[in-house]
Amino acid sequence: MQIHQYDTVIVGAGGAGMRAAIESTQRSRTAVLTKLYPTRSHTGAAQGGMCAALANVEEDNWEWHTFDTVKGGDYLVDQDAAEIMCKEAIDAVLDLEKMGLPFSRTEQGRIDQRRFGGHSRNHGEAPVRRSCYAADRTGHMILQTLFQNCVKHGVEFFNEFYVLDLLINEGKTAGVVAYELATGEIHVFQAKAVVFASGGTGKMFKVTSNAHTLTGDGQAVALRRGLPLEDMEFFQFHPTGIWRMGILLTEGARGEGGILRNKDGERFMERYAPVMKDLASRDVCSRAIYSEIRAGRGCGPDGDHVYLDLTHLPPEQLDAKLPDITEFARTYLGIEPYTDPIPIQPTAHYAMGGIPTNVEGEVLANNTDIIPGLYAAGEVACVSVHGANRLGTNSLLDINVFGRRAGIAAAEYADKSGYVELPANPAEKVEAMIDGLRESTGTESVAQIRKELQESMDANASVYRTGDTLKQAVTDIAALKERYKNVAIQDKGMRYNTDLLEAVELGNLLDLAEVLAVSALAREESRGGHYREDFPTRDDVKFMQHTMAYQEVAADGTTSIRLDYKPVVTTRYQPMERKY
Amino acid sequence: MSTPTVEKHSAALDAAEAGGTELITVTLRIRRFNPEEHADPVWVDYQLEMDPKERVLDALNKVKWEQDGTLTYRRSCAHGICGSDAMRINGRNRLACKTLIKDVNPEKPITVEAIKGLAVLKDLIVDMDPFFQAYKDVMPFLITEGNQPTRERLQSAEERERFDDTTKCILCAACTSSCPVFWNDGQYFGPAAIVNAHRFIFDSRDDAAEQRLEILNDREGVWRCRTTFNCSEACPRGIEVTKAIQEVKRALVTRRF
Repeated sequence: MQIHQYDTVIVGAGGAGMRAAIESTQRSRTAVLTKLYPTRSHTGAAQGGMCAALANVEEDNWEWHTFDTVKGGDYLVDQDAAEIMCKEAIDAVLDLEKMGLPFSRTEQGRIDQRRFGGHSRNHGEAPVRRSCYAADRTGHMILQTLFQNCVKHGVEFFNEFYVLDLLINEGKTAGVVAYELATGEIHVFQAKAVVFASGGTGKMFKVTSNAHTLTGDGQAVALRRGLPLEDMEFFQFHPTGIWRMGILLTEGARGEGGILRNKDGERFMERYAPVMKDLASRDVCSRAIYSEIRAGRGCGPDGDHVYLDLTHLPPEQLDAKLPDITEFARTYLGIEPYTDPIPIQPTAHYAMGGIPTNVEGEVLANNTDIIPGLYAAGEVACVSVHGANRLGTNSLLDINVFGRRAGIAAAEYADKSGYVELPANPAEKVEAMIDGLRESTGTESVAQIRKELQESMDANASVYRTGDTLKQAVTDIAALKERYKNVAIQDKGMRYNTDLLEAVELGNLLDLAEVLAVSALAREESRGGHYREDFPTRDDVKFMQHTMAYQEVAADGTTSIRLDYKPVVTTRYQPMERKY
Repeated sequence: MSTPTVEKHSAALDAAEAGGTELITVTLRIRRFNPEEHADPVWVDYQLEMDPKERVLDALNKVKWEQDGTLTYRRSCAHGICGSDAMRINGRNRLACKTLIKDVNPEKPITVEAIKGLAVLKDLIVDMDPFFQAYKDVMPFLITEGNQPTRERLQSAEERERFDDTTKCILCAACTSSCPVFWNDGQYFGPAAIVNAHRFIFDSRDDAAEQRLEILNDREGVWRCRTTFNCSEACPRGIEVTKAIQEVKRALVTRRF
């Protein structure tokens, strides 16, 4: 075991982690611990853009953006946080441009902007061009630009270090424990401030746009250390994943004029969202797609998907604005999007919930108190700027605005604070987990349990949910957790043991799936991405509040989920009926 | 706007939507190496039932999840944008997640091995640090002089287009590890680093092209390139890598960029 000391430790090197690192490295001695080489992070998969009311191509202002964000989140958004995000969006985009990001440009040489789902002019009047983009690889360009600037600022990365535990001593942050994939060695990082920026948890679902590596590692570590997870029942299903594969096809495709069609060729979104049509928010579009499929209007031999139709757009426009996603269609489906519509279905995409923080990125231990020295930003966190449903592009905005804020806040905290003493045997828990898995003689396989988890989550906890399906999910997860205790791996070695890594990741997914299902079962209403067929309307009296889920450990070691609730921060906008 | 699309169905779309698919038996012949167990690499065959439309990465996952958990490789996004899974498949550098089984002659064993020119650490995992060091050496970040504008720097669509191709790089190392000069000479920057230098040299906003060109004018710089086009063929992003290297060479001669 090695022990390291840094002022600030950042966990994760996607957009939020690297944006934080650029700030914190300039202010404090910083280490970034990342499971993947930084440029492998899933920020790079984001395509369509990053919204900011630059008003480069038409009238816009940040207040409209704030309204759209609050409405898009079905009034579960903390409005003070949304206001900060939408105001700071403008500088966040300009900062990236100054760092070198090659945005697509207007005729005048300014940053170009395009339409995106749920983003409107003057509180829902009509779609607005707000999304700043770099063709359909905006996330790739953000990830590259942030990595380039990390190189420029000499950010110290520990690549392929997997953080498995958070050390808290007497209520204050003391550091983290990491597993070095190359050697199997355990490293303790003592730190004055820790920033979690480890991304999402989409791999609990089968059809997902998420990378294999998105297994909720940060959320699971926090949960097991007694911290709450906020609003985990809200998971976004992106309307346009490649059928069966789940690979993302950007909403920018509809921003450029793409249309969703059923088997009759009908532009069905006109019926569900008369004003915004195909650019309604993602939860609305995903439900509409499944409604069409259930009504027998799905496409293909089994009627289990619909089409994203780009065939009416000029090939030059597709080549210039949507080169990557058209190539995905060619590579993975063997079709030509100039002339063929693309088979799509909703795909598990984004966790609105996560580790609760305030607007400085400080992590909450409960509804009111923070853990000194602990920060979170990006998809791992819940500020909450996305509420019950995130608007397209607001994730790239979130990582830049709150990544920056968390990086500054963490470094400033580290600057004025001392080290908290490490607990006795700081790596004890991690060593027990690793040794337990490596030495297990069990009979269960990681891949089989993961497959069953993903199938149950797709069947029971996706776009449409009922009390019965969620109870089924809770039952399934409990059984799988029991079987997980008897899991064994084949690779017993120390070097690059990805067999072991996958087993640890599965443990994380199981814990987080349980939180999702239990939180969703208790929320007897429909709001944003959480739709209950048995409670199809929003209930602002009972449920306009955030879920706070805690893992409780009984004396015999068994765990259960305890739910609490936290008020929503409302400033400007009272809840209204949500129409697009 | 509601033109029915059903009449436009092509044979390709019908094939893409076809429900049940015929599984075929595939042999994956993987070059395994684990210095914890054996000093030398060995080729191991795995028989699998696969849908030919699946990816080579799906086949590797199937081996790892169902047959041999010790098989080790890097992967993340699984659709060609994170750059984790560059490997030699049937002797050619490709991303396993962007290569479909049907396209690599599955009637014969499909060979899979680590990319060349970087030390193999275990199975398909290589040491990427030298690769990233070469990248860092070309100063891969925007360098500007003078005051920062309040708003964005202006850049025309044409100026932006000038370096568009090289912004696509995902740092997968498929190009660099396909280069015979790189195999034989550990000092050469390699195509990927030059691609990333190109991305800034030809960016109208950048003021450090001269510095980068001097770095690449070095003995181990662009002049080592023998224009074999392996890199362009290997690039999973379709970047015209050799062309970018030629443009950097030309800029060194003409000092115009």
